[in-house]
Amino acid sequence: MKPAPFDYLRPATVADALAALAAGGDDARVIAGGQSLMPMLNMRLVQPRLLIDLGGLSELGTLRAEDGWLTVGAAVTQAQALARPGLTDEVPLLAAALPWVGHVQTRNRGTLCGSVAHADPSAEVPLCLVATGGEVVLRNAGRRRTVAAADFFLGPLTTARAADEIVESLRFPLAAPGSGHAFREMSMRHGDFAIVACAATATAERIGLAVGGVADRPTARSWPLAPGGALPPDLDAHLNAFAWELGGDDDQHASARYRRELVRRIGRTVLEEALSCRS
Amino acid sequence: MPVLNPRALNPRAPNPRALNADTRHTVTITLNGRPRSGQAHPRLLLSDFLRHELGAHGTRVGCEHGVCGACTVRLDGIAVRACLTLAVQADGRRVDTVEGLAEANQGRMTALQEAFRRHHALQCGFCTAGILMSLSDWLERTPNPTDEELRDMLSGHLCRCTGYAGIVRAVMDVTGQAIPSGESAHV
Amino acid sequence: MTATQTVERTAEKPRTGEPFVGRAMPRVEDAALLTGVARYADDLPVKPGTLHAAVLRSPHAHAELLGLDTAAALAMPGVAAVVTGEDAKRYASAFLVGVRAPMEHWCLAVDRVRYVGEPVAVVLADDRYRAEDALDHIQARYRPLPPVTSIAQALSPDSEPLHPAVGSNIVNSRPFLYGDPDAAFAAAARVVTVEVEYPRNSCTPMECFVVLADYDAAEDSYEVLSNFSGPFAVHPVMARALNVPGSRLRLRTPPHSGGSFGNKQAVFPYVVLMGVCARAAGRPVKWVEDRLEHLMAATSATARRLRIEAAVEGDGHVLALRMEQTEDCGAYLRAPEPASLYRNHGNLTGAYDIPHLALTNRIVVTNKTPTGLNRGFGGGQLYYGLERLMNRVAVELGLDPLDVIRRNLVAAESMPHRTASGGLLDSGDYRATLEEAVRDGALDALKARRDALRAEGRLYGIGYAAVVEPSISNMGYITTVLTAEERRKAGPKNGAQATASVAVDPTGGVSVSVASAPQGQGHRTVLAQVVADVFGLRFEDIRVNTDLDTGKDAWSIASGNYSSRFAGAVAGAAQIAATRLRDRLAALAAAPLNTTPDEVRFAGGKVFASGNPDNALSFSRVAAAGHWAPGTLPDGQEAALRETAFWTPEPLKAPTEADSINSSACYGFIFDFCGVEIDRTTGALRIDRYVTMHDAGRLLNPLLVEGQILGGFAHAVGTALYEEYAYGDDGRFLSGTFADYLVPTAREVPVPVILHRETPSPFTPLGAKGVGEGNCMSTPVCLANAAADALGGAVPSLPLTPARLAALIHPADEPPRPAGSTRSPPARQPAKPGGRGLTGEGSREVPATPEQVWAILLDPKELAALLPGCEALELAGPNAYRAEVVVGIGPVRGRYTAEVALSDLDPPNALTLTGSGASALGTGRGTGHVTLERTDGGTRVTYRYSAEVGGKVAAVGGRMLDSASRLLIGQFFEKLVARAGGGSIAAEPPSLLARLLRLLGIRR
Repeated sequence: MKPAPFDYLRPATVADALAALAAGGDDARVIAGGQSLMPMLNMRLVQPRLLIDLGGLSELGTLRAEDGWLTVGAAVTQAQALARPGLTDEVPLLAAALPWVGHVQTRNRGTLCGSVAHADPSAEVPLCLVATGGEVVLRNAGRRRTVAAADFFLGPLTTARAADEIVESLRFPLAAPGSGHAFREMSMRHGDFAIVACAATATAERIGLAVGGVADRPTARSWPLAPGGALPPDLDAHLNAFAWELGGDDDQHASARYRRELVRRIGRTVLEEALSCRS
Repeated sequence: MPVLNPRALNPRAPNPRALNADTRHTVTITLNGRPRSGQAHPRLLLSDFLRHELGAHGTRVGCEHGVCGACTVRLDGIAVRACLTLAVQADGRRVDTVEGLAEANQGRMTALQEAFRRHHALQCGFCTAGILMSLSDWLERTPNPTDEELRDMLSGHLCRCTGYAGIVRAVMDVTGQAIPSGESAHV
Repeated sequence: MTATQTVERTAEKPRTGEPFVGRAMPRVEDAALLTGVARYADDLPVKPGTLHAAVLRSPHAHAELLGLDTAAALAMPGVAAVVTGEDAKRYASAFLVGVRAPMEHWCLAVDRVRYVGEPVAVVLADDRYRAEDALDHIQARYRPLPPVTSIAQALSPDSEPLHPAVGSNIVNSRPFLYGDPDAAFAAAARVVTVEVEYPRNSCTPMECFVVLADYDAAEDSYEVLSNFSGPFAVHPVMARALNVPGSRLRLRTPPHSGGSFGNKQAVFPYVVLMGVCARAAGRPVKWVEDRLEHLMAATSATARRLRIEAAVEGDGHVLALRMEQTEDCGAYLRAPEPASLYRNHGNLTGAYDIPHLALTNRIVVTNKTPTGLNRGFGGGQLYYGLERLMNRVAVELGLDPLDVIRRNLVAAESMPHRTASGGLLDSGDYRATLEEAVRDGALDALKARRDALRAEGRLYGIGYAAVVEPSISNMGYITTVLTAEERRKAGPKNGAQATASVAVDPTGGVSVSVASAPQGQGHRTVLAQVVADVFGLRFEDIRVNTDLDTGKDAWSIASGNYSSRFAGAVAGAAQIAATRLRDRLAALAAAPLNTTPDEVRFAGGKVFASGNPDNALSFSRVAAAGHWAPGTLPDGQEAALRETAFWTPEPLKAPTEADSINSSACYGFIFDFCGVEIDRTTGALRIDRYVTMHDAGRLLNPLLVEGQILGGFAHAVGTALYEEYAYGDDGRFLSGTFADYLVPTAREVPVPVILHRETPSPFTPLGAKGVGEGNCMSTPVCLANAAADALGGAVPSLPLTPARLAALIHPADEPPRPAGSTRSPPARQPAKPGGRGLTGEGSREVPATPEQVWAILLDPKELAALLPGCEALELAGPNAYRAEVVVGIGPVRGRYTAEVALSDLDPPNALTLTGSGASALGTGRGTGHVTLERTDGGTRVTYRYSAEVGGKVAAVGGRMLDSASRLLIGQFFEKLVARAGGGSIAAEPPSLLARLLRLLGIRR
C-alpha cells in the first residue's frame, strides 16, 4: 500500500503552482492537507505524474470575514477554522459541523478547500457550503472565477473544477442577524462519513435544508415559511418529496429506505431547531 | 487497425523544478531535537522514512490510510498522521516521535508514560506511540479535558487490546482530575 | 444509570514479603513499549540483499485462472523475481486439510481463485514501493465462475462447487446423539425454536502479518521469522507444505507482537509462500502485510447458521436440545479449522444442565476469505444461538428470562459436571455467582430505570447471558469431526502439552522461557510473579524470554497463544519447572546447611534451613555452584542449571467411540446483564449499563485480568454493533478499509462493571482458568437480548446497526414517492445468488431515426467515442472489440483492457451491449439492453443496464460505488444521445454532461 511514483513540486508562489498545473494538466494533482488525497495515493486509486504542494503557500492562508463573506483560503486547516473565535457567530453552521469532520488529528492537516475539491457526497464542509449558499473560488493561470456551491458539486468526487484550476478559496456568507442554523448527522461512529447529514438554515421568510450522504452530492431545498413565521404546514410532504428526490443507495451500512426515513425525521428536527434558534 | 485516441499519444514534459520521481532526494528534519538526514523518493511516506531510513522505528504503521492513528507524530508540534505525510513534505521541519518523550525528560519516562503503565493503558503497545504523541500535543492545548472531550480526541486512534478504559484513566490521572467512576461513556 | 461501579485497578506499589501471584504487578513489558524501543517483527534487521514482497491478489470471488503474463513486471526496475503458482507446485505441496475431502489449498492459486484477495503471484523487488509498481504490470487472465456467497447458497445442490472433486459445497456433515432427546421432546410441554445467523468479522490486530524467510539450499532448510501466534500444531502443516521435516523449518517469533486475538495463526500460509519465494529467488524475502490485504484476505471468524429446538417444561426447565450448526469456513478449510465449529463441543449446552442433545454439524465452503481463530472462536457463534434460545423460552412461556437461566444452571453439587457431549465443567457455583452479580451489579435499580424510561416512551431493554468460557483446548477435539473409525485409523489425539524452561546463571539470575508466543497480554510479567514466588526472589530478579525458536526451544504442537491457555497451562508449567529446579537446588544446599532437602527454604534471596534463617546462603551462591563447581556435587547429582517441564491437563482425553469429548481443560463461568436504549429516530443503540461477572478461577494478576476483560468486551461491542466483513451478492468484498470495517473507538466503548468470584480449577497447577475470551462469547448475545427486550421480541442479525434496528421501529409502510418526482430511485434487484450489483434504466428521445442511432452503435469509430475514456479499440471478432479504456470518477482512474461485444442484434430495434474489463483497480462487468423506438420526433432510446464492480475499488470505495457506476454508465448513454443529436427533447432534467458543458462554457 504505497503510492505510485510522482514528481513533487513545492512552488514558491501560487502563480508557480498554477503554471505547473497548467503544464501538468490531467496528470497533475494539487495537495494541501492531503487527508483525502493521501489515502487515495497510498491505495494507488490516484496516480498523478506530478504532485503540487500548496501547503506552504502563505498567500493561501486567508481566513477573513469581510463584506458579508467568510473567505477561507486553500491552506487553511479545519483545525484553524474551528479555533477561530468568531466562527460561531460568522458561520454558525460551519462551527457546528466542523467537529464532525474526521478527527482531531486529521483536522490538524485537512483543509476546507481540500474537502470541497475532493467532493465526497457525505462530507460536511461541502454540505455547509451548499446549505449556506456559499461559493467556490477557482483560479487558473489566467483567470479567477466563482462558482456557486450548488453548481460546483456534480457527483461523487466530481466537480466543476477544470484540470488547470485550483480551489483557491471558499466563500461562506456571514450569518445574517435573525437567521437560525442547525446541524445534525447520523454516522456509524463519530468521525465517520455521514449516512445522513442535515444542515438547516432559517431566515424570517424561508427555511432551507441541505442533505449530505444520500444523493451523489450535497443537495439543498428551501421553502417559504407559513404566515406568522411558522413551519410550512405541508412540510412533511416537502420532506418526503425531497427524500425521494435524493435517491440514495443501499450500502453495507444502511439502506436507501433508512436514509430517506432519516431525511424526513432529522430534516424536520433540524428545521425546527434552526427556526427556534433564530437570533 | 486500432482506432486511436490522440490523447494517449501526448505525454507531458516533466516540470524541471519538481523533485524527480525516480531520484532520491536529501530530506533533513529535526527529529526529537536533533538534525537527521536521509534519502527519499518524492513518494516515500514519512512513516517509512522515519522507520526504515532513519531507524526510528518507535512510530508504528497500522493502516496507511489515516484511520488507525498508530503512526501519529508531531510535525512542527502538531499531531499528524505520518502515513498521510510525505517525507519530502517534512523536509526542514521538526518531527517529534515517541522516542523523544523520555529523551526530553532527562531519560526518564514522562508522567503520562508512567500513568499509562500504572493504569494498564496498553497491552500489545502497537497503538501506544501514536496515542502518546496525540496526547502530548493535545494536552498542551487542553490541559483539563472532560471525559467526553478526551474520548472524542482518542476516537482518532484505534486500540484493539484495552477497550480504552485504562487510557482514559491514565490521562485523567495525569491531568490531576478525578478518575471517572466507570460510568458509561454513553450516559 | 448514572452511578456505576467498576474495579478501578491500578498497578500496585512495591510490597515485600508477600507472594507476587495474585497481585496487580505493573508489567515488565511496558517500559519498552512506552518509549518506542520495543522490537516488533517489522523492526528487526534483515539480511543484506533481502527482497521485499508484494502480493498480487484475485479481484474475483470465483474464477478459473487461465494464465499469467509476468514479463512486463519482470522488466520493471528493481524487480528480481515474480513467483507464481508454478513455483508453488515446484517447491511446495498443498496444505493438509482437517477433514477427509479432496480439497486442495496451495499457498498461491494454481488453477482457480476462490475468494477476493486470494494470492495469485508475488513480486520480489528491492523495496516494497517497486514491488507494488510491478504488481500493476502483471496480466492475469480469468474466466469468472458463479460465486457462492451465503450459507443458504452453499447448502443448495445447485451451487457451483468450489472444489469440483468434492462435488458439493457441503464438505463435511456429522450427526451426533447424546442421551435420548427424542423421548425428552415427546415428553416436553413445549418446543421453542430459534434460528440465527452469525456474521463474519475479525479482531483485526493493529499490527498486520510479517514474514521474513530464507532458504538454505545447502541444507535444504528454511529459516523464518514471523509474528505467528500458534497453535504450533500448524508447524507440521507448514513443514509438510514446504516438503521438509519440521526440523528443517526453523521458525522464530519476534520479541513483541502487535496483537493477535487468534488472527496471527493465519499468517502460516504466508510463511510457506515466502519460503517458496525465498527459494525461487535464491535470496531472503520480507513481506509486511498491509491493512487492505489484512481486511480483505487475512482471516475471519466463521459465519454460522444455528437452528436450535428446545424441549421445555412449563416452568422453563429445558429437557433436551436439537441443534443444527452450519459453519461457513470460506473458500478453503484451512488449519486449524474446523476448530471454530468443534472447539465448544464439550460445552454445547453452555452453563446449563441439559442431558439430552441431538446435533448435526455441517461445514460449507463459500467464495469468501478462509476462516480461523478469532478471540472467543466458536463461542460467540454458539452462544448467540443458545442464549437467544433461553431468552425465547422465557418470552414464549411468559417467564422472567433470569428465572429461566436460574432454573437450568448446572448445580454446584454436581461439580465437576459431565455435560451431555462429554465436557467436564471443572468448578464453580454458577447459581451463587449469578445471585452475587444480581446483587452487586444492582439489577433491581436497572429494572427500575427501565420502567421509568419506558414510561417516558423510550425504547429500553435489559438483556442477560450466562455462558461457560472454555480454556486450554484439548488437542483431540478437532478429531471429533472424524468418525470413530477414521479416528481409529489416524491414532489418538488428546492433551494440551504446555512447556516452560527455567534456568539459573552463574550470578544467580533466573531466566524463564516459554512457548506461549504472547501477543501483548503480559505473559512475561505473570511468569516473573510465578517464578519469583517459587525461588523467594524479587520480581525484578526474574528475566523472562518469550521469543520462540522452534530450532532450539522446547515446544509442542499445543504451544502458542490461543484458547486462553496461558494462565492455566503455561504459567502452571513454569511453576512446575521452577519448583523442580528449586528442589534440585535444595538438594545441593542441604549438606552445607546441615539439613535435609525437604527442610531447605527459599525466601528473600536467601537459602536456609527451616527454622534457622540466620544460617543462610545467598541464592546466587547456591545457583553459582552448579556452574563453577560441578566436581563438588554429591555423587549421582547433576548440576541444577536448567529444568524444562512439560505439563498436560489430566482430564483431556481423546474423543470416545460415542463421540464424547472434553474439549477444554477448564471452564470459567460468566454471567452478564445490561441495559440498552434504542433511539426511536435513528435506531442507534446506546449501552447504558453493562455488568459482567466472571469466575475464572484463581486470578494471577488482577490488573491484567481486568485488561483482558475490558479488551474482550471492546471486541464484543464491535461484533455486536459495528463490525462485519461485508460481501456483495456477486462476491465482491466491501469492507476493505478501516473506514468501512468499523472498529469501535473510545467514543463507542463504555466501561463495564466488572465483578469477580474466584473458584480455583482443580485441574491446573495454579488453579487459574482462561479469562480473555469470555466477553466475546457472552456480550454480543447479551446486547442482542437487551435489544430484543427493548423492541418487544424481535432482533435483527448482528451487527445491530442503526439501520437494521430502525427497520423494526420505523413504520412498515413508507410514505410513498410523490407522483411526478423527478428522479427515480435506483432500481435494485433483490439479493440473489451470483446476482448483479447495480441495475438501472433510462429513456431519452433523440431527433434521429432508429436507423441513424443503430448506425452509431455499430460503427467502431462511434463506439470508441462513446466508451468513457476509450484510448484504443480494435476488432476482436464479429461485433466484438478489445478496447483500452481509462475509466474513473474524479481523480480515481484505472486503465482497463476491456472486451466489448454487441449481441442479440435486431436492426434497427434492439441490441445488447456487454463489456468486461480488468485493471489494477479491480474488475468491471456490465450489460446494457438498448431498444430503439420510432417516435414522431425521432427515436426513443431506452436502456436497461446491470453492472458489477469488484476488486480493490469495490473494497475501498463501496460507499460511492453505485453512484459512481451510475455516473459512468450515464455518460455512455448521454454521449449516445448527444451523438444522435439529442439533448433538445430531454425527458429528464438537464443531464450531468449538459450541466458540465454549460459550466465549462462549452455549450449553452
